[in-house]
Amino acid sequence: MTNSSRISQTFAKLKQAGQLAFMPFITAGDPDMAMTLSLIQELAQRGVDLIEVGFPYSDPIADGPVIQASYTRALNRKLKVEDIFAGVATLKTAELPPLVGMVSYALLFRRGVDAFMARAAEVGFAGLIIPDLPADEASEAAALAKKNGLDLVQLIAPTTPRDRAIKILNAASGFVYCISIAGITGVRDQLPPELRDQLAWLRQQTKLPLAVGFGISKPDQVDVLRDVADGVIVGSAIVKQLDALEKGGTREAVLSEVGKVAGGLVTATHQAK
Amino acid sequence: MSTTTTTGAATSQVPDDLGRFGEFGRRFVPETLMHALEELTAEYARATQDPAFQKELDGLLSTFVGRPNPLYFAERLTQYCGGARIYLKREDLNHTGAHKINNTMGQVLLTRRMGKKRVIAETGAGQHGVATATACARFGLDCVVYMGEEDVRRQKLNVFNMRMMGAEVRPVTSGSRTLRDAINEAMRDWMGSVQNTHYIIGSVVGPHPFPMMVRDFQSVIGREARRQCQEIVGRLPDEVIACVGGGSNSAGMFYPFVDDKTVRLTGVEAGGRGPQPGDHASTLTHGVKGVLHGSYSYVLQDVDGQTADVHSISAGLDYPGVGPEHSYWKDSGRVDYVSITDQEALDAFQTMAKLEGILPALESSHAIAHTLKAAKRRSPQEVIVVCLSGRGDKDVYEVARLLGRDLG
Ligand SMILES: Cc1ncc(COP(=O)(O)O)c(C=O)c1O
Repeated sequence: MTNSSRISQTFAKLKQAGQLAFMPFITAGDPDMAMTLSLIQELAQRGVDLIEVGFPYSDPIADGPVIQASYTRALNRKLKVEDIFAGVATLKTAELPPLVGMVSYALLFRRGVDAFMARAAEVGFAGLIIPDLPADEASEAAALAKKNGLDLVQLIAPTTPRDRAIKILNAASGFVYCISIAGITGVRDQLPPELRDQLAWLRQQTKLPLAVGFGISKPDQVDVLRDVADGVIVGSAIVKQLDALEKGGTREAVLSEVGKVAGGLVTATHQAK
Repeated sequence: MSTTTTTGAATSQVPDDLGRFGEFGRRFVPETLMHALEELTAEYARATQDPAFQKELDGLLSTFVGRPNPLYFAERLTQYCGGARIYLKREDLNHTGAHKINNTMGQVLLTRRMGKKRVIAETGAGQHGVATATACARFGLDCVVYMGEEDVRRQKLNVFNMRMMGAEVRPVTSGSRTLRDAINEAMRDWMGSVQNTHYIIGSVVGPHPFPMMVRDFQSVIGREARRQCQEIVGRLPDEVIACVGGGSNSAGMFYPFVDDKTVRLTGVEAGGRGPQPGDHASTLTHGVKGVLHGSYSYVLQDVDGQTADVHSISAGLDYPGVGPEHSYWKDSGRVDYVSITDQEALDAFQTMAKLEGILPALESSHAIAHTLKAAKRRSPQEVIVVCLSGRGDKDVYEVARLLGRDLG
């Protein structure tokens, strides 16, 4: 089993069982890698299906205040990209849900896209999401991802016209990251009504799993997506729990809160369709 | 990243359809913004083919902005240096006091063509914010300006002016609280508002088509200066000098001269307190190739690709990136880039005030400071044209503070 197929197999298994995939997002290195590794273990125990690991970046234009603040905390503590790789390398990733790195292109480019991807694959990442590398610029990165055995996940936004969406789908692997709202990451009470239509249309265009992210935080939002999506991604609602550490909360308490939020979403996503 | 090289002569025939200046430029933004950038590119292409658009813009530049502004012989500055004759391109005489308005008038007309009713902008020194607020007031558009908290402090006067013209100024408290963070916040706003909002970027930075479009709107500076120099001196200048923050006044000044191989072009970056990382904003002198704010260019960043902290006395030059066309000009050798320190700029500010009766913006003072050095090395037969990108009124509080004077 190659790393790159782990993502597809995860989605395939869930589909057979009539379940949605749940993919929580956590920031690497907030407040340190030890906590990040504990969070990964906690999430795995709670039964999440994939884990998105955000590489802190100094200028994340797609991110709202919660994830920005988390990135800033990690960077203020002098987190380096290599600390993330070294930390993940200590995990038995084959026994964990597939790890998907969320990495700004600035960071990949600086190390060299090939070298970055080789190292990511080596330490056990199954795929990468590069939020600021649009499909038009992604052909070289897609080839290098393939060479290194990583899935390169592509994003589709509510503002993406249909002809663009088809081009993006042709370049995608693993799953398609469907951005639910035109905007930045962060908890929203409601998902836009057009989202279901777009997902239904995308469903006809591709066999790739459709995972929906941005703005999702609650089990009842999962219900809205159950028949049109294959997975949901939850970031800010998870990362927000880390704020408590700044206010004197203990790591155990944060782990248990994250576990609770994740547990609720696992139950919601794994409920049969 | 493709392997196109930019060595060899630079040409003015850039960028290509993908927004590439040699290898630099392009688009590195979230998918959410891609469609808007494609639409903007198409609308801009249509506008440039439309004589009515150009006519309206020219009319505004003439009757509202006050163009053409003069190319002025700085007689006493020239005497003081005892070398080349120094001519000032007087962008400081534009309405709102800087070159920024050349771009905002063009982009506001585009905003109207696209039927968008809301405009956002970032600002460092506040000059671009004021120029945007002005253009929006003139055309009745909603205007929100993002400005780093540190710059809100340094540039109070401009904050007041923007608010008087009905713009909402939103202080930005993330990161270094300067221009770079203001751009991040404006981009984040745009992620959620792109369907009804146009983002008027204030310099030749950001994803395609901004670097090209802003350069084109600012090129009126160089076109006028080139013609005026021929009229006044009877030939092209020997050297053209301008300061480089994001690079818009310099790009607009240089672009019409790029194919004039006898004209030396020199960009002046902020040398801050010195060459140590974090003490300056000399992106082209000390930076590496990388990605920031949606485009591939030189950037000041650490070994991981995290953007570095920068410093300059001048809010408008306090930026860790630079427009991709400048990177192309640097690598092709067409433009030389040098640094001027905070102290040299402050000295030049005072020299200009005493000798010419002109208070230059602190940004422009960097260009003046280098001009003083360059003129001394040249003969009186030679001619230097320098872009006086803006006036210094906005800076008097900061200058007074730095000189230990009290404004009361
Ligand atoms: C007067 C003046 N000159 C220069 C600059 C630097 O910007 P650019 O390099 O885009 O011309 C600014 C920016 O705020 C400015 O206000």
